Amino acid sequence: MAEAVLTIEHLTKCFGNHTILENVSLTVEKGEVIVIVGPSGCGKSTFLRCLNGLEPIQSGSVKLREDVIDQKNKDLANIRQKIGMVFQSYDLFPHLTVLDNILLAPTKVQKRKKEDVKKEALELLKRVGLADRAGDYPRQLSGGQKQRVAIVRALCMHPEVLLFDEVTAALDPEMVREVLDVMLDLAKQGRTMLIVTHEMSFARAIADRILFIDGGKIVEDSEPEAFFTSPSTDRVKQFLNMFAFDAVKHHEAVTAENP
Amino acid sequence: MLDLGLDVLLKGKNLSRILGGLGVAMKISMISVLISIPLGILLGVLMAGKNPVTKAIMRVYLDIIRIMPQLVLLFLVYFGTTRAFGWDLSGETASVIVFTLWGTAEMSDLVRGAIISIPVHQYESGAALGLSKTQTYLYIIIPQTIRRLIPLSINLITRMIKTTSLILMIGVVEVLKVAQQIIEANRMASPNAAFGIYLTVFFLYFIACWPISLLAKYLERKWR
Amino acid sequence: MIQEYLPLYQEAAKLTVKLGVMGIILSLLVGLICSAIQYFKLPILKRIVSVYTEISRNTPLLVQLFFIYYGLPKIGIQTDAEACGIAGLAFLGGSYMAEAFRSGLEAIDVIQMESSLSLGMSRFQAMRYVVLPQAISISVPAIVANVIFLLKETSVFSAISLMDLMFTAKDLIGLYYKTTESLFLLVVFYLIILLPISILGSLLERRLRYAGFGA
Repeated sequence: MAEAVLTIEHLTKCFGNHTILENVSLTVEKGEVIVIVGPSGCGKSTFLRCLNGLEPIQSGSVKLREDVIDQKNKDLANIRQKIGMVFQSYDLFPHLTVLDNILLAPTKVQKRKKEDVKKEALELLKRVGLADRAGDYPRQLSGGQKQRVAIVRALCMHPEVLLFDEVTAALDPEMVREVLDVMLDLAKQGRTMLIVTHEMSFARAIADRILFIDGGKIVEDSEPEAFFTSPSTDRVKQFLNMFAFDAVKHHEAVTAENP
Repeated sequence: MLDLGLDVLLKGKNLSRILGGLGVAMKISMISVLISIPLGILLGVLMAGKNPVTKAIMRVYLDIIRIMPQLVLLFLVYFGTTRAFGWDLSGETASVIVFTLWGTAEMSDLVRGAIISIPVHQYESGAALGLSKTQTYLYIIIPQTIRRLIPLSINLITRMIKTTSLILMIGVVEVLKVAQQIIEANRMASPNAAFGIYLTVFFLYFIACWPISLLAKYLERKWR
Repeated sequence: MIQEYLPLYQEAAKLTVKLGVMGIILSLLVGLICSAIQYFKLPILKRIVSVYTEISRNTPLLVQLFFIYYGLPKIGIQTDAEACGIAGLAFLGGSYMAEAFRSGLEAIDVIQMESSLSLGMSRFQAMRYVVLPQAISISVPAIVANVIFLLKETSVFSAISLMDLMFTAKDLIGLYYKTTESLFLLVVFYLIILLPISILGSLLERRLRYAGFGA
């Protein structure tokens, strides 16, 4: 029997009189990996931010099990501890070392013992290949390393759900892989994750379900194979076509001009 | 009705005398600004250049001028140089000299800052487009520098106007001095005039500086 | 010769530093409050702060002091010269300090607040552990520059008959024609006060520009 972790019902989000998300509903089950794709400006990042209460919503509800996630909820900070989020970039605290970045919230918010968290943090850092960087400051790390630290920082809060908002979008191509590998590893461990990304082959490899959002609505919700091989809407076909290139045959062009 | 000096202000030529005092302050600051800006641009360009000797000399000049309170500089020029060199210097001339020295130092630092804030790739992309060095400066570097510079130099004008209030201390008859004279002359008839008169001076300075500050702020926003 | 006047200058320097330090501490306080009001966009207070800022920045300290010291007693607000000097300095410096804090806070990317919140911190915790430590260290060079500026501005205190360095120098020039000596001592004493802070300021600025955290 599947167990719902996140329940989103009839979520509507506007900026002024511009509707970003319209009547979106979704249930995320424990251990599920959901990848959200869509054209820029479709509302997918805003959707993720609503799930963490970073954006006020105009109607509908977001619930983590029984807890309502809403900016008016006095208990929001406590609920947020159970939702880990990694952003596109610049979210490490530049004035703290890698280790202190990770320790800050578990020790100050959850009041856990520093030694325990430290032990856990070092283990996780080792797992993502950064055991020797614990004492470094963020500015001494590459973009890919920073994002791996940000993931570890989120993990150390023991979240039930992890949200990834285009975490590789600002990275140089050769660093994308090291971050995606960490996420694949998390999927293998059975973590519940929502991932916004533009990496299509990664989406295909990691997702249990792929959501296509366009114009503030979930246009398609399907398994990865079906999504990539037989999308049910033209909008998705069009979108996927943007990632394919037709080879340009120079010789043919030249011969065509000079028969 | 408590007499707070409003009627004293309106009596006889008092208001026009006060405005005249403000005029003296404005005149001194405008002359100083007009000399400081071209000199400051020249020195600023030299400071942004590569010659270590000129840079060092400029640095020393800038540091000496900037570390001393302007009032000390006024004293040094007005009392000090007249004593040392035996010449006769009016308060107004001494003020113009000091404010020009100071304004030039501030302006040159602004110019230097604006020039070095233009990123290297702007020079490089100029070169990559095949522009000559002169063309790169003319079409790419100087227009950008000027945009950064204009709001800052406008601010320098308000700083200059505010600083002119100090020349009272070396005996120049400017707006505060006129105010003192008026209050003194009407001490018997309206002993409380100091409130209204000084409030007027306060306002006059504000009216003189505020629009200029607003303009600088507007340009800064527009060109950001 | 010079030794004869040295004690006079020492006393005057003490007064300059004392009034300067008190005025600067008050300025920091005023600045902190104003920048907090602006950061959290408190409705009516925000307006008051911006009016205050415009007035304070567009009028000379000397005129502010004349009004407080000679004008206000006429409507029954009496202050002694020292309190007046300190108040004037705080009135002027408050807006400059507020600007320094504001630019520090503005330099911190919103994502720093958001990622703190997403880790379950309260707004207060995020402010205390993440935003403020960064904002303050960014503001430090501007604060030091303001401190130097305000210490220099104390030179007008002599106009409200406070016996500071300027007053002493002017006195000696006017009474005994000891122009050279008194000006020499004037410069030396201002250097003693201002040079160390100025050097500290340029060191801090260089450190922030070339290194940042973790160098």
